[in-house]
Amino acid sequence: MRKQKTRILIAKVGLDSHDRGAKIVARTLRDAGLEVIYTGIRQSVDQVIRAVVQEDVDLLGLSFLAGDHMVLVPKVIQGLKEKGKAEIPVLVGGIILKRHVQELAKIGVKKVFLPGTPLVEIVNYIQENVSPPS
Amino acid sequence: MDQEQINKEMKAWEQTALKRVLDKTAERETVFTTESGIPVKRLYTPLDLPEADYNRDLGYPGEYPYTRGVYPTMYRGRLWTMRNYAGFGTAEDTNKRFRYLLEQGMPGLSVAFDLPTQVGYDSDHPMSEGAVGRVGVAVDTLADMEIIFNDIPLDRVSTSMTINSPATVLLAMYIAVGEKQGVPKEKLMGTTQNDILKEFIARGTYIFPPEPSLKLTMDVIEYCYRHVPKWNTLSITGYHFREAGANAIQELAFTLADAILYIENALERGLGVDDFAPRLSYSLSCHRDLFEEVAKYRAARRMFAKIVKERFQAKNPKSCLFRTYSGSCGSTLMPQQPQNNIVRIAMHALMGILGGHQAIHTACWDEGYAIPTQDSARLALRTQQILAHESGLCNTIDPLAGSYYVEALTDEIEKRTLEYLNKIDEMGGMLKAIENGFVFREIQESSVEFQRKVDSGEKVIVGLNKFVMPEEEDVEQQDIFEYDQRIEKTQQEKLAQVKANRDAKQVDQALRELDSAIDQNENLMPYIIDAVRSYASLGEICGVMRQKWGEYSPPIYI
Repeated sequence: MRKQKTRILIAKVGLDSHDRGAKIVARTLRDAGLEVIYTGIRQSVDQVIRAVVQEDVDLLGLSFLAGDHMVLVPKVIQGLKEKGKAEIPVLVGGIILKRHVQELAKIGVKKVFLPGTPLVEIVNYIQENVSPPS
Repeated sequence: MDQEQINKEMKAWEQTALKRVLDKTAERETVFTTESGIPVKRLYTPLDLPEADYNRDLGYPGEYPYTRGVYPTMYRGRLWTMRNYAGFGTAEDTNKRFRYLLEQGMPGLSVAFDLPTQVGYDSDHPMSEGAVGRVGVAVDTLADMEIIFNDIPLDRVSTSMTINSPATVLLAMYIAVGEKQGVPKEKLMGTTQNDILKEFIARGTYIFPPEPSLKLTMDVIEYCYRHVPKWNTLSITGYHFREAGANAIQELAFTLADAILYIENALERGLGVDDFAPRLSYSLSCHRDLFEEVAKYRAARRMFAKIVKERFQAKNPKSCLFRTYSGSCGSTLMPQQPQNNIVRIAMHALMGILGGHQAIHTACWDEGYAIPTQDSARLALRTQQILAHESGLCNTIDPLAGSYYVEALTDEIEKRTLEYLNKIDEMGGMLKAIENGFVFREIQESSVEFQRKVDSGEKVIVGLNKFVMPEEEDVEQQDIFEYDQRIEKTQQEKLAQVKANRDAKQVDQALRELDSAIDQNENLMPYIIDAVRSYASLGEICGVMRQKWGEYSPPIYI
């Protein structure tokens, strides 16, 4: 048994530097007893994929506030597939238009959290849907 | 009436009229506080200002300590500059929007650059993918800047540029556009934000480590002191601290601490405080709590004047002026029931005007989720015009002065801000406070606190946690600005074309000279101006500096 807690990577991919939300989510999940790694801002797609592999996480959370999610999310999902990590659930949060939610789901995003989501909803979702490997 | 008499009458009121009501009906809250957590009393009276000394604490507009405003006539003489932030897509798109806003009566421009430009990448850099021309205009070479300001006379319009790490390069391009228009640099008017410290702390578009970054900031200050006398070289900005989660007191404290650090750096360069301080400007946020925000601006003017006069021995009164460009906090705008934002933005403008700013930015109501449309950009401008011309707000100076509450709050904010400044001084200054994580942690804790209060409903956000519409009724706006994915390719092709048509030898030479100027620790502005004239790209110029200095990587606090 290598680990007990769910390990989560929160990442900011692309040049957007708004990470107030990413940090709040990371902090909240950590306070809820999960193991959280935050990449910091301005990561390339490759850097994020590498972190997923190296940190052996159970979940990837991506935060976008600059409108570039429809370009970058597909690249992250593709990258995960190429590294044999397609099973890692990907959650997206931030300023996402409602009309993009379905499109993101179609390419494999498990859940999108829109602006104004209470933090407890995110915690509950993860606790109910992602279980730590035993 | 003396204090004793007031005290007596107030006690009587508390025990009779007030008590009768409170015995029957409790107030809505047990404790009222400002947005930043300062306790707010039921009633403010002269008893709250026992030490007040009008001439010492408030004085007169245009005179030390400038609490009431930086100019003697304020808006009676001249309205503030309505300066709404705009820029998107290609240079052509932005030029069109600028000319529209100028035609609509907006007197000053404020350029939003796209993220690649802000971090010194060209449009064909791999990290630029998805971001070219998206949140601002894409600038690769002087050719783009020439188009942005096409038919906009730079000797008549002032331009504020939200650019920091590569501020030297964009200023160089602006100077070069001026040359092409026949406007000498002595006549150029405008501002480079050029505030790298807040990038490290909160905004995130840093490139180089602190030391060379500060060198570039100082290069702009020194160069403009000698050659571009009307340019506002540095806009020391608290806005982004607030947006990252800081409260009003932290915002003000970190802004003033940054100002102190910049002034110390410029003095080390051998400049006198009165050489450069008159060209510094400041930027604060317009958040939610009107009285607290106005008190913050008033405290800011008074505190800054004292710092510059007492700590740095400034002799020129202009050095003491806390001239501000402030505006709407984007984080107060909501995508839920987005038209509610129109009211919030009017409040931002109202607090800005009551606060006596020199330039005000009003956000657009659809800005919470998209680049503003032309209609919403016009409404943001009209909001300021209505308040300026229909409301009577501008007939007298600092109209909230003398309010027992606002004066007490101004004093309280000053007191709390000073405590922070003393703490930062004890740590050895702002650079230390950034390096040891103090500033990051302070902001993060306030951010967590804010979110907790929003989630618990303790802090009401209309449409989000109160007066919520069913999701199916709160439909998303259909006619929002759509980013055109083709911009990226168009911009890359344009860059390739510029590179094909320029004199490669001249570019190489300019970049080599820049490279050796870095080694010689010279002021880089003249070399960067030469480089942009040769159509060297932003990415190439920043590339030379990246090569020399490396890149900054910040500590992470969650």
